[in-house]
Amino acid sequence: MPKDHAPKDRGIGASSRRREDVRFLTGTGRYTDDINLHGQAHVAFVRSDVAHGRINAVDTEAAAAMPGVLRVFTAADFASAGGIPCGWQVTDRHGAVMKEPKHPILADGKVRHVGDPIAAVVAETYEQARDAAEAVVVDIEELPAVIDMKAAIEDDSPLVHDDLGTNLCYDWGFVEDNKAKVDAAFKAAHHVTTLELVNNRLIPNAMEPRVAVGDYAFGTGDHTLYTTSQNPHVIRLLMGAFVLGIPEHKLRVVAPDVGGGFGSKIFHYAEEAFVTFAAKALRRPVKWTCQRSESFMSDAHGRDHVTKIELALDAEGHFQAIRTETYANMGAYLSTFAPSVPTWLHGTLMAGNYKTPNIYVNVKAVFTNTVPVDAYRGAGRPEATYQLERVIDMAAREMGMDPIELRRKNFVTEFPYETPVAVVYDTGDYHATMDKLIEIADFAGFEARRAESAKKGLLRGLGINCYIEACGIAPSQLVGQLGARAGLYESATVRVNATGGVVVMTGSHSHGQGHETSFAQVISEMIGIQEDQVEIVHGDTANTPMGMGTYGSRSIAVGGSAMVKAATKVIDKARKIAAHLLEASDADIELKDGKFSVAGTDKSVEWGAVTLAAYVPHNYPLDQIEPGLEETAFYDPSNFTYPAGAYACEVEVDPDTGKVTVCRFAATDDFGNIINPMIVDGQVHGGIAQGIGQALLENASYDADGQLLSGSYMDYAMPRADDVPFYTVDHSCQTPCTHNPLGVKGCGEAGAIGTPPAVVNAVVDALQRAGHTHVTHIDMPLSPARVWAAMQTN
Amino acid sequence: MYAFDFVRPTSVADAVAALGEADAQALGGGQTLIPALKQRLASPSTLVSLGAIAEIRGVCLDDDGRVCIGGGTTHATVARQAAAHYPALAAMAGRIGDPAVRNRGTLGGSLANNDPSACYPAAVLASNATVITNTRRIAADDYFQGMFTTALEEGELITEVRFPVPQAANYQKFVQPASRFALTAVFVARFADGVRVAVTGASEEGVFRWTEAEAALSDSFTPGALAALSVPADGMIDDLHGTPEYRAHLVRVLTGRAVAAAG
Repeated sequence: MPKDHAPKDRGIGASSRRREDVRFLTGTGRYTDDINLHGQAHVAFVRSDVAHGRINAVDTEAAAAMPGVLRVFTAADFASAGGIPCGWQVTDRHGAVMKEPKHPILADGKVRHVGDPIAAVVAETYEQARDAAEAVVVDIEELPAVIDMKAAIEDDSPLVHDDLGTNLCYDWGFVEDNKAKVDAAFKAAHHVTTLELVNNRLIPNAMEPRVAVGDYAFGTGDHTLYTTSQNPHVIRLLMGAFVLGIPEHKLRVVAPDVGGGFGSKIFHYAEEAFVTFAAKALRRPVKWTCQRSESFMSDAHGRDHVTKIELALDAEGHFQAIRTETYANMGAYLSTFAPSVPTWLHGTLMAGNYKTPNIYVNVKAVFTNTVPVDAYRGAGRPEATYQLERVIDMAAREMGMDPIELRRKNFVTEFPYETPVAVVYDTGDYHATMDKLIEIADFAGFEARRAESAKKGLLRGLGINCYIEACGIAPSQLVGQLGARAGLYESATVRVNATGGVVVMTGSHSHGQGHETSFAQVISEMIGIQEDQVEIVHGDTANTPMGMGTYGSRSIAVGGSAMVKAATKVIDKARKIAAHLLEASDADIELKDGKFSVAGTDKSVEWGAVTLAAYVPHNYPLDQIEPGLEETAFYDPSNFTYPAGAYACEVEVDPDTGKVTVCRFAATDDFGNIINPMIVDGQVHGGIAQGIGQALLENASYDADGQLLSGSYMDYAMPRADDVPFYTVDHSCQTPCTHNPLGVKGCGEAGAIGTPPAVVNAVVDALQRAGHTHVTHIDMPLSPARVWAAMQTN
Repeated sequence: MYAFDFVRPTSVADAVAALGEADAQALGGGQTLIPALKQRLASPSTLVSLGAIAEIRGVCLDDDGRVCIGGGTTHATVARQAAAHYPALAAMAGRIGDPAVRNRGTLGGSLANNDPSACYPAAVLASNATVITNTRRIAADDYFQGMFTTALEEGELITEVRFPVPQAANYQKFVQPASRFALTAVFVARFADGVRVAVTGASEEGVFRWTEAEAALSDSFTPGALAALSVPADGMIDDLHGTPEYRAHLVRVLTGRAVAAAG
């Protein structure tokens, strides 16, 4: 693909306005909750209010007799159904596969977290269902809750799953063969910096809560599930094949407009299986709309790592080795991709932007009586970046070195670069993004700004960090070897209509990313037609090819590549038709600005004339090619993509209250080629806001009994507009990806990955500069109370 | 939400009569009660809306120069209409919640609920205001009786609150990051006969007066007057957002800031 930096009004590189925003901003989107089917019934779930307990009895008799109640379901109704499956099997450092517990649709025998569904009441109205749910009598013998991860793997700990005999899901070593070398490097090191930290548990809080509507056509035996999903085909496969035994041709999954996901809508949830099952059992459509407080205790949470990281350096500051030990919370059950997050999405990124010869990552995944934890914007990569960039900052301080110079000294500069943690960076230029950061963040003006803050009695600090992430997930054969139970290709069908308009049916899913605009820009660029001649269709298994959906910043890199492949096939065929119409050889036909022409002549034919010929083949080479103009392609990436960048954060700390204010934030990202700069800006802005949220505000907190203390917005602090500054973002440093046709890398998660360490580094810097030299680390979120407490200790 | 009957009387007398029914509950702006109903944490038989009672709405000055605010007056109205008379009170009202809350929530509703982190109790207590109900007048010092507890009897309605206007006053709110209620907030009011300091958000007993600070500030209305004082952490709220020690520290910091801002 050509790279064009000039401002454009359409195609690749244009800041085309997001066409989907017209409906999103005018209240005319069609979300799952907007779907109401004739004869629809409603379900309310009875959820556990204790974290851990044995179910002695569930008495549904009174509830079943309540007004409007159609049926009350319990675990016994699902005896023939499979459990909720896990999509990734991790093999531990001793060669054994992970412990994989059963995950029933409704709790069977035990409840394992607050919010675990025990029974489900289906009634004519939601209020009736909820009234009756309160009448279900559950006799639970409460058991001691397993909350603390380190205590959970002691011999005397209560067990979340009795039959597993342990709360340890796996003990993963990566790369196990490197361990002895890493240990030796630490023994020989000039300096070792050690940091223990917590990567705080987060609750995704998409603006749209989850919704599922199950429908069943008795006459045909066809099931339809409408659901808030980032990957409807994955739900169709997991739920159809593993849970309910419905073949794909009898099951349609539709994910219409979806109001944000951030990972939490990747996974297959029990409620989806329930409404699909119940619709058939009752021969009525069944709808579930998650209440916000219900989402706090039923959406998969994110992060929740406790980590010790050690960095070994030589006397000049060259990194010699990295060694980490992480406890990763799985929660009570294995959510769809949970085992992969602290392993293959975390350990493989531990090299960061640096050439460290020896790396060993140990991860102990632990079951606890908490909501399951799975991928959340960044998924493993924020956890890797945070610990690495924090320990580097700490090492710089301990060794009296400049944090930027220490990083530069260790940057990977030659590509491709094979890390000691099994990935190959295809391209990058980390000095370039750092140079650009220094410019756009105005480091030169920092001291003057710090003096201004001091006049107000405020402590100003500057934090910087780098990040790298692996996106464009993922080469199927590789992930298959790593334990994935799925392929991670993407698909697209490009259908050209007779009059030249194009419809792209993509397996990628858009839940806020703006695909309908940016994907159309690519087609517009390739053919030379206006963007409004291109329509993007996604989210319905009935009319899109088998796709793997949207997560891991993969849509443009993998889904876009599939679309380019299919469009290339279409163009190749159209070229043959054009050659026929122009009575020339295919090889001489050029496509430019929506017109096929014979090279070196003034003979040409419009795109629309060619497409019309394809469907009205009167003058057409029917002996050589079929009529019609529609092609499908699947694209399986040969490598991950590696976006990277450098971030800078300036904060003011109020020494009297501990309150942190983010004053300035600058981000330089190398995303390779850019399709729509405005959309990329927006993706980065959103990611930074979430990163600031994690760093300063958000914290899912359980007490020792497993009660979720931050169970509503009264206690769970989401970032608001006045918590974040205006951002300065730049993506002019571009080293295009070498192995996909668009040269793109993906931009969806970068902000959430790169931001937390920048903020925390800045706060520690502010306190250090003010003489609080004992404050070397504060765990996120850096709430006013925590920062103030840190300043009081000596 | 459970089913309930709904009445919307137009006079205090009718409202009081309606509240005489078993399990009837008064509905002010609903900013606490409606979320509680939605979470099924309350199940009144009848909701008695106070929203149509004109006689308990509005802001005026009485002959003694006191700012008189009807119990049904919204925070947004107070922010606008009290600004000329009692700027610190208006500023406080203008920072409660968000615009939606301020356009629904009422003075009387806030005081009747007496949330330990609400703003109004601090203003009422520091101002030495008088709470007027359908049956009597209650001095601020007698009105607040602990977290979510007040001197109000069953079925008693706040019709008006009369605020003496101080010579100088200021409200400093340090917000809890999630709810943006007061994590700790301090209202300082300087009158000719002395200074009153009321603290909300901090204590397990709800709003309280910091009498040591009042004495020191009555002698010298300067932040420096607080230098030797400290607030004991005992009895302060301990939660996700702050320890008792932190809240006790904030009381002193915010009192100093309020004094400095009040001038």
